[in-house]
Amino acid sequence: MDPIISTALVILLLPLLSFVVLFFFGERLPRRGDWVGVGALGVCLLLALVIFGHFWGRHDPTYRIEQGWTWLSIDRLHIDAGILIDGMTAVMLVVVTLVSFLVHVFSTSYMHGDRRYSRYFAFLGWFTFSMLGIVLSNSLFFLYVFWELVGLASYLLIGFWFHKPSAAAANKKAFLTNRVGDFGFWLGILFFFTAVGSFRYLDLFTGVASGMLAGKTLTIAGVLLFMGCVGKSAQVPLHVWLPDAMEGPTPVSALIHAATMVAAGVYMTARLFPLFSPTALLVIAYVGAITAFFAATIALVATDIKKGLAYSTISQLGYMVMAVGVGGVVSGMFHLTTHAAFKALLFLGSGSVIHAVHTQEMPEMGGLRRKLPITFITFTLGTLAIAGVPPFAGFFSKDAILGDALAFAMEKPQHFLPFVLALLAAALTAFYMFRMVYLTFAGKPRDQHKYEHAHEGSWAITGPLIVLAMLSVCAGWGGWFGRFVAKPGPVVIDHAAHSMGAMGGMHGMSGMGGTSGMGGMHEMPASPSPAPALATDATSGAPTSAAPATGSEHAGHEGHTMMGEAAPAAGAATADAAEHAAHAAHIRHTAHRRAMLLSLLVAGTGILLSTLTYLRRSISSAGAQAALPRVYQLLNRKYYFDEFYGVVVGRGLFLWNAALAAFDKHVIDGLVNGAGYATRGISWLFGMYDRYFVDGLVNGTGELIRQFGSLARQAQTGRIQTYFLGVISGLVLLIILYKAVLMP
Amino acid sequence: MLEIGLRHYLTLAALLLSAGVFTVISRRNAVVILMGVELILNAAALSFVAFSRYVTTGIVGQLVAVFVVVVAAAEAAVALAIVLAIFRNFQTVHVNQVDRLRK
Amino acid sequence: MGGMIWYLFAVMAGASAVVVAANKNVVHCGFALLFTLLGVGAMYAFLGADFLAATQMIVYVGGILVLVLFAVMMTHKVQAVRLREELIQPFAALGTALLVLALILLVVHRTAWPLAAGHEPAPTTAQIGREFLTTFLFPFEFASVLLLVAMMGAAMIIRDRKPREASPGDSAAEVPGGPAAGLPGGSAAGLPGGPATGLPGGASGQAQGGA
Repeated sequence: MDPIISTALVILLLPLLSFVVLFFFGERLPRRGDWVGVGALGVCLLLALVIFGHFWGRHDPTYRIEQGWTWLSIDRLHIDAGILIDGMTAVMLVVVTLVSFLVHVFSTSYMHGDRRYSRYFAFLGWFTFSMLGIVLSNSLFFLYVFWELVGLASYLLIGFWFHKPSAAAANKKAFLTNRVGDFGFWLGILFFFTAVGSFRYLDLFTGVASGMLAGKTLTIAGVLLFMGCVGKSAQVPLHVWLPDAMEGPTPVSALIHAATMVAAGVYMTARLFPLFSPTALLVIAYVGAITAFFAATIALVATDIKKGLAYSTISQLGYMVMAVGVGGVVSGMFHLTTHAAFKALLFLGSGSVIHAVHTQEMPEMGGLRRKLPITFITFTLGTLAIAGVPPFAGFFSKDAILGDALAFAMEKPQHFLPFVLALLAAALTAFYMFRMVYLTFAGKPRDQHKYEHAHEGSWAITGPLIVLAMLSVCAGWGGWFGRFVAKPGPVVIDHAAHSMGAMGGMHGMSGMGGTSGMGGMHEMPASPSPAPALATDATSGAPTSAAPATGSEHAGHEGHTMMGEAAPAAGAATADAAEHAAHAAHIRHTAHRRAMLLSLLVAGTGILLSTLTYLRRSISSAGAQAALPRVYQLLNRKYYFDEFYGVVVGRGLFLWNAALAAFDKHVIDGLVNGAGYATRGISWLFGMYDRYFVDGLVNGTGELIRQFGSLARQAQTGRIQTYFLGVISGLVLLIILYKAVLMP
Repeated sequence: MLEIGLRHYLTLAALLLSAGVFTVISRRNAVVILMGVELILNAAALSFVAFSRYVTTGIVGQLVAVFVVVVAAAEAAVALAIVLAIFRNFQTVHVNQVDRLRK
Repeated sequence: MGGMIWYLFAVMAGASAVVVAANKNVVHCGFALLFTLLGVGAMYAFLGADFLAATQMIVYVGGILVLVLFAVMMTHKVQAVRLREELIQPFAALGTALLVLALILLVVHRTAWPLAAGHEPAPTTAQIGREFLTTFLFPFEFASVLLLVAMMGAAMIIRDRKPREASPGDSAAEVPGGPAAGLPGGSAAGLPGGPATGLPGGASGQAQGGA
């Protein structure tokens, strides 16, 4: 096995080991076992950094290592379990293990003395294992498996304090909302599987490129896949669960509901980018842009510090999703990375504040900068990063996204809306984040009692804050991200390269370890289909396209140049294509420069307004509320999403059932009774024979229909036998239908 | 009289299956419902063995039937334990009275 | 003659199955099930599956049925014997069952089964044993683990739970850092778990005490 692959396996399995040990023996270990989780994650982080360094040295975003094992083989159905590591994976590995490690450390202090302390660390390990599984998987099937496992971990951790009714309700809500998204996700996966016959990413890319799935079907399948992202990454309209998920412990919010799990949707969309048709990408872009804007407006009025950060997270996720939608895979993933650093920092900072003052309501805070100096400084650094102030990390990534959105809008002027919404969201982000800082740390303490008891936490609290703060400052420097991720170009089907040599190239280094594989494992068989070669490979081999030219043009540019996508790959090096590519690169170039100026402008405006309102008090926020009562109400109630779902899903189903019952009672029973009476009247005229005969018949029918009626009315009995009856009769009907209608 | 063949066994299996389905759907007593499940499992096992005798002529069908027996034994043990637990909590084994989830 | 005996057993199995389904007396149902299982065992014997026939007798008739009858006895109070009972949704159930029966019979009698050449039944026990320890080793082991787990699970479920005594360690965790009770976080102590407002109330006390 390739050493990188075995390292990755160790990274994947260590948190699982931590989970098993803590779950079964946690209470009996010294310190209730927290060192098991922290230690395991520490080792994971080191190993992830090794892989990261390996890819750093390679400096080649198309380099990938893949290895698979047969997991299930029934007749013609083959499902492989496999690991795929490329630059994107390497970055995600570091993000997940780093944030998880810091959260583990933070939690040793934050959760100290909790009754289910070791169980908490066990769940954290379980989550980390599942999240790493998502990152490492090389097929949609296992992506989905781990996708559901992180959902489970999220459920367990949101409801960690399940004795609070609000927490119990929140985790149920998160789970159900995600089910809606995951249902579509699974349907999308099945779409691709039935068309291509494989779950493996590379097979799917080749299959889609060769037109095994095209047109409207491809769009529908892509949008269905994206539904998974809508659920998991809390995009409108399935975003409602994320703010409630803040019922979980704050470190959990930082790890799962800010930095990693909710970003899994973005990762999935970016990873599967070649599977989305242009229309599907348009849907993605609009959903992301709308989410970014709407969530940011709600965050303006939040008074609960964690809820505010939750809406900020939704907004930033919308950003990333929109970036992928407009074609900026690189900028989206870059923002994911930097966002993981500063949002984890902000959440852990809020956790430190909550730990100190025992409230989440910002109106009860104020003036805390004197009591919590380290938290104040780090939180401010995180705020500067998220607001997009240079030279902090958020500036580079956000600027890259805005540049991509603007380039998209310049190429297709009718789709300017995503860019405008994103720009507005950027201004709002700067505004509400600084509002949060001012309300929490500046001014005079509004609750003297809480203020006096506040104090900075131990090193376990401040240490992670400092590490994350440093990352928030410098994670955007140097354009390093271009070493790891490039926009996947169109897959070129090269029929001439249908040879083992090409296959070896495609599988990266995996071919080398095959013979020494362990018993029972074997190398994933080279697929007999034409070898896919990434177009970026092709262009580097045959530099006839405009890629080198645009590359040098970009080289003079500053920091975010590396962020610009590799020039669109031109498989066929015709002059037209080259010209077009040069044109597109030009647009991108200008777009990035303009977007940077605009984003600086809006961020500055947002910060200025926020300062005037909440620090200088020269603009009265109460006055603004009073001036726009309707708007304030709308934002405060979060656009009435919860109420809407309550009415439509809850009340609607109830009304529907009531209507069915009423229909049964009045119409069907009325009909039956009417028919019965009428027939009885007639039969009376026809004498005894008729009366007995016809009456019996009619009453029998009536009784039968009444039985069915009451059956339908009882459809929701909660009694399993009724359901079983439905299942059996449904099955029989389906078989009859199949034989009678489909195969006459 | 016809010679006994595959169809005879399958007919008997179908009869057992239907009786089992009826039992599972219509009875109140959880223990009897379990009996119905046993009927269904037996019908399945019987048809496996019959197919293995008349169609595939291997021994695999019999192996599957052994596994069916194993599963039935495990199921009976756990399910009856659940029935006893339910009886202890609700003082009834009538499934239509155990509907706390509905409320 | 062989045919006659076959029909005898088949009718016994089928009729007993109907009794299981329709009889309102639970104990009668149990005994009818016994006869059904015996009949199926006989069918196995007719089919040349001698090992299975034996297994059927031992496991079902010997084991499961005793279990079932135990359950019947234990779940009815001896004082207030009310063994008879009504059916629920009988018509729908009957309709469905008949529909299933009709459908299967139709399939059974319409399909041209690819019958293989007949072969003489031979003792199968040795062969089954060999298969279980070679080709089907994993399912076999898996089944044994399943049985073990089911057994433990059943024991767990019906174990008589006594309310557990609160150990001293538990109560200590509940009210951490007694001196720090003056903290606002101390209000959390009113709740059983500690945390009240999404923050670890217990934790604060400990941290305070340590500082």
